[in-house]
Amino acid sequence: MFWTSYFLAVLALVLAWPVPVLLSRAAWPARAPFTAMVLWQAIALAGGLSMIGAMLVYGLEPIGDNLIAGLRALAGMVLNNEPTTALGFWHLFALSAAALLSAHLVFTLLLTYVKIERQRRRHRELLALLASPSDDGPGTVVINHDSPVAYCLPGGARSVTVLSDGLMARLEPAELRAVLIHENAHLSQRHDLLLWAFAAWRQALPWFPTTRYAQLAVNSLIEMLADDVALRSESKATLIKAIALVAGGAGPAAARPTAATLGETGSFSTGGFSTTGGADSPRTTASRVSRLLSPEPPLKPAYRTLVLAASALLLAAPTAVLIVPGLLG
Amino acid sequence: MASLGELERAVMDLLWAGQEAATANTLRDLLARDSEAEGGSAGHQGKDLAVTTVLTVLSRLEKKGLVERERGTRPHRYQAVSSREDHTAELMHEVLGSAPDREAVLARFIGSVTESEAATLRKLLGEH
Repeated sequence: MFWTSYFLAVLALVLAWPVPVLLSRAAWPARAPFTAMVLWQAIALAGGLSMIGAMLVYGLEPIGDNLIAGLRALAGMVLNNEPTTALGFWHLFALSAAALLSAHLVFTLLLTYVKIERQRRRHRELLALLASPSDDGPGTVVINHDSPVAYCLPGGARSVTVLSDGLMARLEPAELRAVLIHENAHLSQRHDLLLWAFAAWRQALPWFPTTRYAQLAVNSLIEMLADDVALRSESKATLIKAIALVAGGAGPAAARPTAATLGETGSFSTGGFSTTGGADSPRTTASRVSRLLSPEPPLKPAYRTLVLAASALLLAAPTAVLIVPGLLG
Repeated sequence: MASLGELERAVMDLLWAGQEAATANTLRDLLARDSEAEGGSAGHQGKDLAVTTVLTVLSRLEKKGLVERERGTRPHRYQAVSSREDHTAELMHEVLGSAPDREAVLARFIGSVTESEAATLRKLLGEH
């Protein structure tokens, strides 16, 4: 049982630091955003599992040959009020830490959900009073504001996509369609669940590099996934222009750049709110545009399969070392 | 009968448009007038609209923190807590600001763009 806890501890360590750092620097995720997303989820889940598992296995070592036997013995101790002297200080400490960490993770997940839902409800209430329905289909509303803004507010059947007057004035119909398809892709692919899970993961363990890298990567990967959906029905040039116009922000609506002058016009004079990106703001927009302008071929299926297999292995390995000895023995 | 949601919207529109606080009775009359102006016989809702319904709508809005009541007078007079523009600004601040967990609450088409990022974008677009 000793080697099991060491193996899990090493796995937890590797997944907490070197792996996310390397993955966040890699270039291939832009060529296979979905595969990369699966890998990030596997890293987060396997990381949490091996962290808790390592402490649990170490803590139970004196009273059971494997996790299941150990847990049974522990349950016996707790339920029958037996002395825990067999465990000793460090083993008890590890068990308490495992219990605390599990509770902390679950609690943070729930708390984050409540906080997000509360903010969304308030936002929806105000939208119901301020925004008017749009012609662009159900679930799309227009708000009276001069900045070009487009966003979606997830909420199951009450999901809503919001466009601003400023955006409608600046964008051509095709560009507007690209924006709407992009936003609806966020909603239909349930990106809100990913954002929630990774926001909670970071909130729970803010001092772990993995949680920060994972959240930044996920934020940028969902944008690429939504862009790919938009590209199925709108042209690349349309999408790029839409991005440029929205990112350009505060410029007057009349100063609509044409494709030829897009580079030189002052339409990127970012002003007002648009410049408030914190140090945290990833280079998402720039990487999105460069991905559209100079596309790399999608990752070869063989590599994609390899990454997916690695993700499955990441999840299977800690699960197996935790459970299989108990089932065999 | 209009839904509560539609009524809330209509009441807020009246309160935002009016300068002074209004009683539920005044609001009821204004709503009745508006719906008559809109569509003759089809819009009987205005006539059927009870003051208690307006009071229900007002108390819902009060719970949401959008309407406040002057307690000194009877009947109570209601007014909007802040203007339509202020509420829009509040929403846009939530959308465009850099609140730490905003990304989890809503998904923007374009995230915040830093000055250096804007420069990169300019360069990228200039090259093509």
